[in-house]
Amino acid sequence: MIRDFALQGLTLQGAQMLLVLLMAPLLTGFVRKVKARLLSRQGPPLLQPYRDLIRLLRKDVVLANNASWLFRVIPYLVFAATWVAASLVPTFRSGLLFSWTADLIAIIAVLGSARFFLALAGLDAGTSFGGIGSSREVMIASLAEPAMLMIVFAIALIAGSTQLSTMAAFMNSAEVGLRVSLGLALIALVIVAVAENARIPVDNPATHLELTMVHEAMVLEYSGRHLALIELAASLKLLLYVSLIACLFAPWGLENAGISPAVVAAAPLLIGAAAYVGKLAVLGFLLAVFETAIAKMRVFRVPEFLGAALMLALLATLLRFVSRSF
Amino acid sequence: MVTYALFGVLALVVLAPIAVALSASPNATGFVYGACLIVALILFLLALHILLEYPAASTVTLPLGLPWLGAHFRIDPLSAFFLTVINLGAAAASLFALGYGRHEEAPQRVLPFFPAYLAAMNLVVLADDAFSFLVSWEFMSLTSWALVIANHRVDENRRAAYIYLLMASFGTLALLFAFGLMAGADGHYAFDAIRAAHPAVGTAALVLILALVGAGSKAGLVPLHAWLPLAHPAAPSHVSALMSGVMTKVAVYGFIRIAFDLLGPPQWWWSLVVLALGGATAVMGVLYALMQRDLKRVLAYSTIENIGLIFASLGLALAFKAYGMELAAALALTAALLHVFNHSLFKSLLFFGAGSVLTATGTRDMEALGGLIHRMPQTAFVFLIGCTAISALPPLNGFVSEWLTFQAILLSPQLPSWGLKLMVPAVGALLALSAALAAACFVRAFGMTFLGRPRSPAASTAQETDTNSLAAMYALAAACLIAGILPGIFIDALAPVVQALTGGQMPVQTGVEWMSIVPIAESRSSYNGLLVFAFMAVTGMVTAFAIHRLASDKIRRGPAWGCGYPDASPLTQYSASSFAQPIRRVFGSLVFRAREIGEMPPPGSSAPARLTVQLRDLIWDTLYAPIGIAVGVIAERLNYLQFLTIRSYLTLVFAALVILLLVLAIWP
Repeated sequence: MIRDFALQGLTLQGAQMLLVLLMAPLLTGFVRKVKARLLSRQGPPLLQPYRDLIRLLRKDVVLANNASWLFRVIPYLVFAATWVAASLVPTFRSGLLFSWTADLIAIIAVLGSARFFLALAGLDAGTSFGGIGSSREVMIASLAEPAMLMIVFAIALIAGSTQLSTMAAFMNSAEVGLRVSLGLALIALVIVAVAENARIPVDNPATHLELTMVHEAMVLEYSGRHLALIELAASLKLLLYVSLIACLFAPWGLENAGISPAVVAAAPLLIGAAAYVGKLAVLGFLLAVFETAIAKMRVFRVPEFLGAALMLALLATLLRFVSRSF
Repeated sequence: MVTYALFGVLALVVLAPIAVALSASPNATGFVYGACLIVALILFLLALHILLEYPAASTVTLPLGLPWLGAHFRIDPLSAFFLTVINLGAAAASLFALGYGRHEEAPQRVLPFFPAYLAAMNLVVLADDAFSFLVSWEFMSLTSWALVIANHRVDENRRAAYIYLLMASFGTLALLFAFGLMAGADGHYAFDAIRAAHPAVGTAALVLILALVGAGSKAGLVPLHAWLPLAHPAAPSHVSALMSGVMTKVAVYGFIRIAFDLLGPPQWWWSLVVLALGGATAVMGVLYALMQRDLKRVLAYSTIENIGLIFASLGLALAFKAYGMELAAALALTAALLHVFNHSLFKSLLFFGAGSVLTATGTRDMEALGGLIHRMPQTAFVFLIGCTAISALPPLNGFVSEWLTFQAILLSPQLPSWGLKLMVPAVGALLALSAALAAACFVRAFGMTFLGRPRSPAASTAQETDTNSLAAMYALAAACLIAGILPGIFIDALAPVVQALTGGQMPVQTGVEWMSIVPIAESRSSYNGLLVFAFMAVTGMVTAFAIHRLASDKIRRGPAWGCGYPDASPLTQYSASSFAQPIRRVFGSLVFRAREIGEMPPPGSSAPARLTVQLRDLIWDTLYAPIGIAVGVIAERLNYLQFLTIRSYLTLVFAALVILLLVLAIWP
């Protein structure tokens, strides 16, 4: 019986890993398509990101003359860290076999590791583009990470846990109600998600004018399979943040198994999966609308934008410290 | 048990005069550091054994020092833990110095003081009365001062040593007053008597402030940190590692001993002071570190940041203890002690790396380094592990202690006092900010030193460092990884220390499935470094294997993209200063009054453009400089006393005598 649970648990966890990996390029493609339609363009087909990845994987890698071994290892590190983090966020079902491996603080820190190495990669070739990308990336991260931690604090103090499965279960229960601190945390989380994923107005994923970009400048020297992994990691990170917002602020339909293994039934799983796809579509659509409606900021306006997120999240945490009812 | 430890210390003390005698011989370096390595290893194993097996204290009184007091020594779990930290660091430093010490210009200025310094740090932790504690503390300050000034021909080092000596005396003075106020019944200075006597609330508060000043100035708490970034880099690198990785921890020990043990039950508002100082220290330390060009100074400022984190956790533990929340206090204190251990590992590792770079290139200036990953691949690898660990990134050890601190912060809404309710989240935000900035700081430190293209001829011809140095660095890097993926073992080893100081204990971790760590309950929070590491390693390797087999494994080399301008000079790379520019612009204008002045030549002229950056150290300018000026002015005023006639001197002496007698007569 226990072996059955373990087997089912492994299957479900494996299914989630594959699901996030397969859905991530689709989400990116979907957002691109909606943006194009909003601009009255036809846009690339939905499956274009998959084709791009396969094409990149087949191509040779061109390394800069000065690139070191670290430059070649980093794409795998970044991809592995992002994939692991993305598969620890509940998608269709919470309380998976390994969900206790890392709580939300640890998931954020695993993403921090990925960024740390990517910023190093930007410095490896010894060009100015990599340097400008890395230095701006760490500047953005130096504000986005504390903001994210404060958001985690605020929500953890409401849910009484930093464990994502427990948090999602709490958010799905009737106890939660409407709270000021949750509203503040949601706004801050959206700002952080936009910044972390290098979306407009913080950065522009579509531009290739080197001086205006952050993330794209950092990875400018990458090509072939390395670039494919980094693009896939970027898509995974977008999916991770969308799943995170979905599981914390829209946990409806998420099958809740708590922290212990439970009997797996087909119907709630299907409902969970359908709800997840629906939530991805809605949030992806909102992202596309937001990006189309707003202009990119100057780089040194970004700290103010992120500082607002940090302050909102700190305010949410403070409110929780002051009174339990906020 | 304590006698064995004292024999080890005695061996180190004896080694110092032997080193003096030997210093002319070419084998002296190998002999002294080899002997230090052996003694430190034995002391480390002994301390570990005591920490794990003997929770009861063992004491001994020697007929040394003051005749009516004697010298008391004692090992309890707290001192056993700090002994392991000290001697692990000492063993690593000795092993590193077996290779590094050969490049010393004047070994006779380092060799005798090194074992004496190790002995002094051990003695501070073993001391069990105020007198031996202060003597050992001062002995530690003086031996480390001698090591700081070892390379005395450099002006900068002499200035650093001078400021260090002043600050160290000031710190000892504060501790002297603290112990004076704490004296037990009939003025007994043995720690037992001090522990038995509970000072009044006002006295206890004064003692706490004095202990914060005394221990905090040695540890590097802002604003008492000014000497640290000058003195730590000035010493030879293995001594820098000991000063930053270990001696600051001895200072933390001094604070814990006084605040948690000797001073009796804490007041809640003590924690307010400690938390505020800790949070401010963490952020200021890392911001300073980001502005430095000197690699070793970056590391020294980052020590200040980590001390801030440790003190913030200690403040939390004090707050929980004051309100009788034992479990939470145990969690916060475990976080602090685990960070003490972790920081001693990775900071020593990083200073060793910086020392190897210094030997290989002759410079610590990051603007003259770069590309060393090609010339020194092994040093680069271990330095990278140290950078990842200190940036609090999973799956390495720095993250674990930071994570435990955050878990402790999440318990603090239950604290009843309003001051703490407002202070703790603010400190939490400061710690989060400092963690993110630390990652930026070490991307910069590693990237500028080891990545990119060499910025100077010295950097382009560097050679890999020697085997002993590499062995020391690999050992520490492995320890960082083990403490990161199996933190449960280390948390359990700390249990007797925490139990003795807070009365509480964290849940036992070794029994938890899959070797996760669970600070309170699994539904609340858990972290499994081992699985995170395994998942990342397996997915990374499987991906690499699959891609190489199924898609492509071909590699071509070509020039980097430079907008069509081929072979740009290495000077066009981002430098350490330019990398820090965005952060300087966001935080620096407030904290450092940073100003950038750009001078562009007129159109058509081929003169170079200049960009000047001005930074002000506000703490130095507003706190230290006025004191320095005041001392100078007073000295100037009093100077004429030096040139009086004998009659005036006699009058002065007579007047002083009369005044003193009058005071005695009026004194009640």
